[in-house]
Amino acid sequence: MPATARPLSPHLSIYRWQIQMVTSIIHRATGIALAAGTILLCVALLALAAGPEPYAKVQAFCASWIGLILLFGWTWSLAFHLLNGIRHLLQDVGLGYLPAQFVRNSWLAVAGSLVLTALVWACVFAQRGGA
Amino acid sequence: MSKSLRTPLKNALGLGSARHGVHHFLVQRVTAVALLFLSLWFVWSVLAVLHSDYAGAHALVAQPCNAVLMIAFVVAIFWHAQLGLQVVVEDYVHTRWLEWTLQIAIKFLCFLGAAASVLAVIRIALGR
Repeated sequence: MPATARPLSPHLSIYRWQIQMVTSIIHRATGIALAAGTILLCVALLALAAGPEPYAKVQAFCASWIGLILLFGWTWSLAFHLLNGIRHLLQDVGLGYLPAQFVRNSWLAVAGSLVLTALVWACVFAQRGGA
Repeated sequence: MSKSLRTPLKNALGLGSARHGVHHFLVQRVTAVALLFLSLWFVWSVLAVLHSDYAGAHALVAQPCNAVLMIAFVVAIFWHAQLGLQVVVEDYVHTRWLEWTLQIAIKFLCFLGAAASVLAVIRIALGR
């Protein structure tokens, strides 16, 4: 502890929640989730190389409740990280820094990720229905 | 000796002593752009073989074009994951030995994941 009580810089709890904070935090969280998801990617490829029985196990895991929940989570994580990543890339070249653009693009990333996730899972269930 | 031998311009450019100051930033962006396209292709491919059997999935990955894209995808995703996780650890882990252990563990695991995935794709592409 310092001898004199100096003012601390404002921390998260001080600020009113804004969409920019949310997208930044979720971008990191989805990035970590997607990194964990690479384990399934690696296992699925190894199983596909190993033969029909290991691959059937991976398929069975994906079709289980826990598998479906994980896959749904990873679909949304990928959709959000992808769209928000595009926003970040555009900002890296200097676009979209006006507060209004910033807020709008952040909301676009959130809404777009939900739309993309819904589209992908609509494809999944439509295929199952048709097959 | 407090005076630096570097010129103020050299410091302002942020290139570091070996001019690699922005290397991490740049590679993260380059792999991001690659993954922008590769992940869309990947989701499309997964949807294509989701309800097919082993032979269908195997045949899809075995096609040379798809095998190359899959290798590019796994290399880019593990590389991008390592760079991203590195920054997260740098930001939140402040115990020196734990930070180093995590950084090295992340690098090792990402490399092993990429190597194993590439080998799997090669085995699939060349026929079992």
